[in-house]
Amino acid sequence: MPELLSVKNLKIEATSYPPGEPPKVVTLVEGVSFDLAKGKVLGLIGESGAGKSTIGLSALAYGRGGVRITGGEVLLNGKDILKLDRGGINSVRGCHVCYVAQSAAAAFNPAHKLGDQVIEASLRHGIMSREEAKKRALYLFRVLGLPNPETFGGRYPHQVSGGQLQRAMTAMALCPNPELIVFDEPTTALDVTTQIDVLAAIKHAIEETHTAALYITHDLAVVAQISDDIMVLRHGKTVEYGTTKQVIEAPKEDYTRALVSVRQAKRNEAPDQSGTLLKIEHVHAAYGNGFKVLHDVSMHLSKGQTLAIVGESGSGKSTLARVITGLLPPTEGRITFDGKELPKALKGRTNDELRRIQMIYQMADTAMNPRQTVRDIIGRPLSFYFSMHGAKKTERVKELLDQIEMGTRFLDRYPAELSGGQKQRVAIARALAAKPELILCDEPTSALDPLVAEGILNLLMKLQEETAVSYVFITHDIAIVRAIADSVAVMHRGRLVRFGPKSKVLSPPFDDYTDLLLKSVPEMEIGWLERVLKTRRMESAGN
Amino acid sequence: MNLRSIPISAWIGIIGIALCLLCAIFAPFIAPFGERDVVGEIWMPAGGDFLLGTDNLGRDLLSRMIYGARTTIFVALVATVISFALGMILSFAAAVTGGFVDQLLSRFNDLMMAVPTLIFALVVLAVLPQHLWILILVMAVLDSTRVFRIGRAVALDIAVMEFVEAARLRGEGSLWIIFREILPNTLSPLLAEFGLRFAFSILFLSTLSFLGLGIQPPAADWGGMVKDNKDGIIFGISAALVPGAAIATLAICVNLVVDWLMKRTSSLKGGRGDA
Repeated sequence: MPELLSVKNLKIEATSYPPGEPPKVVTLVEGVSFDLAKGKVLGLIGESGAGKSTIGLSALAYGRGGVRITGGEVLLNGKDILKLDRGGINSVRGCHVCYVAQSAAAAFNPAHKLGDQVIEASLRHGIMSREEAKKRALYLFRVLGLPNPETFGGRYPHQVSGGQLQRAMTAMALCPNPELIVFDEPTTALDVTTQIDVLAAIKHAIEETHTAALYITHDLAVVAQISDDIMVLRHGKTVEYGTTKQVIEAPKEDYTRALVSVRQAKRNEAPDQSGTLLKIEHVHAAYGNGFKVLHDVSMHLSKGQTLAIVGESGSGKSTLARVITGLLPPTEGRITFDGKELPKALKGRTNDELRRIQMIYQMADTAMNPRQTVRDIIGRPLSFYFSMHGAKKTERVKELLDQIEMGTRFLDRYPAELSGGQKQRVAIARALAAKPELILCDEPTSALDPLVAEGILNLLMKLQEETAVSYVFITHDIAIVRAIADSVAVMHRGRLVRFGPKSKVLSPPFDDYTDLLLKSVPEMEIGWLERVLKTRRMESAGN
Repeated sequence: MNLRSIPISAWIGIIGIALCLLCAIFAPFIAPFGERDVVGEIWMPAGGDFLLGTDNLGRDLLSRMIYGARTTIFVALVATVISFALGMILSFAAAVTGGFVDQLLSRFNDLMMAVPTLIFALVVLAVLPQHLWILILVMAVLDSTRVFRIGRAVALDIAVMEFVEAARLRGEGSLWIIFREILPNTLSPLLAEFGLRFAFSILFLSTLSFLGLGIQPPAADWGGMVKDNKDGIIFGISAALVPGAAIATLAICVNLVVDWLMKRTSSLKGGRGDA
């Protein structure tokens, strides 16, 4: 069978310019080879920095921001596209090979209508007339399951949802009838319930149009649904390359095995759910402009346990955390902490009340002052709450660094000198330094690679055993809930849908929304997507 | 920090500023003649006894340049420092407190900026008694409106960051948030603005002196000296260009140093490695 795309021994380099030193050439990708037949899908998987996007873009003979393809061949239909001149490459891009970016919201021009942007490449390359292109766009809108396909093209990017935008981008890529599409994490920025719709639409569309695809993602469970072959990458090198069935069911390498088994941890809920620490009763909240974000939310959490709040973006779960901290005072209802009602607003609370509730943010980068060293960041709660100074404070900071498994050599580093996982660990240490009884975790792992995220979760669980701290854990990821929660609250559009011990919430009978949410979480199993689409009750989340 | 890490451009700036400061501090010892002494013919060419020639009244130009550095740098520097202290404290307070305080300060600032600076200064200086400190204060207050604008803009960007929220959740007071969380992160743009504002202060002082409301004769200042000697340019006498060149050189030197400081403070790794 003739190969459509054949990449041989690819080598990609970039030059970095450390100040005060001569420029260095860094090798990003080395010795990567793969073949892709017509109509097949190859999944490229790896954590950030693995070079998967760089390899994907090489199929368009493109290097992003100073990245150079320095070795190897990229054969498209037997012709090496790396040897083409500028005009030759332009006739390939957007015509034979198209690209779907991760953030569709940033990739569309907000000043033009979607329909015009979808057919733009086809017109520019002279593949079809405007009428033909419009007809094809309409056909693709239908195939991708977009609402009101006849009028969809007349809308502007800000008038449609994120999931619809991602599908419109797929339509844009499919419009010129390309032989190959490069999908660069198309569903990563979407909610699970939206992701499943987009995933199903993409799969249906590439099957319908017999287009080959490179599908780049960090989520093995997602790629298992859509690809025929999988290539696992790490540090720019191939770790494992085989059929989807082989990689998922019988991985050969340790790294692949770790990726497959990630997030399969389960925790049995604590039997004793008495000794209430936090009690939220009939809380309503609204933004300054009167927009109501929370409607009659009640839940409670026992000492030393974990309450997971699950929901998609816009469900009000982060807002609930802000209400608990006092940043957004509730308009109605009350919050009781350790038997005493908490003052509604931050200003009314004493330092000791503040100390007992700490917070960990999703983005550790913005949650720490970039001008303070690790020593200052962790040390400040110590001097603020406990008046610790000098050697005593340093001693305690070192203790905390040991507790988060980082060690004292990080004392005088700035946040910019830490990796994503290390930053989140320092943020945890800062929260711990206050000796809190409750830590609010606002999606602390969703910006991290799966293996790093697992390390953070294990750390949080270890700390809970050591210090008996309670967690309110906000997440959209059911796998995390299974791994760490004792009780679960499901939220949807500002309302509490379901609350109770984990075993009860996550077992039938389900309400429609919980059913949809649970079934939308990709599982490491081939054929999961089809099975779920047949059995779910709610059509979709309307995205 | 070590001396070797300072780039050449910064060294040039430092040397230039140091030279001006030396002249300013030790003026009576360095200057060959007195500030106000008429020592020769008017507008004598450079050379001989008078290194830079004489001015429109026959005073030694070099001596007046040296004494002029004193007043010019002192007034401009103090005015800039006061305007920054005032502008930054008010703008940060506005950004951190928000709401009514922010509105009040910001609208008052708009009101001040709506009146052309020069006319405002002329009116105020004409009414108030002519003291040096009144001149400095007027310059500082007028300049602080610009500092307020930029200070509030950069502080607002930082004030909504999560680490500031984390500090609020910890229970920190406004002073800690302003000086420890926000200030270090706004230093780079503010330093750049400082260099620019200092240069503008010199120019503004020169303008005022030129119009007769700045430094009063017979005291020497660079802007006033340009004014005194401007008529000579028609006759091909270059005496007015010397103080003009001095103003330009000082402004450039200050900005060279500020550029280097800005690069240092914008590094997120404490000056080690790249930013």
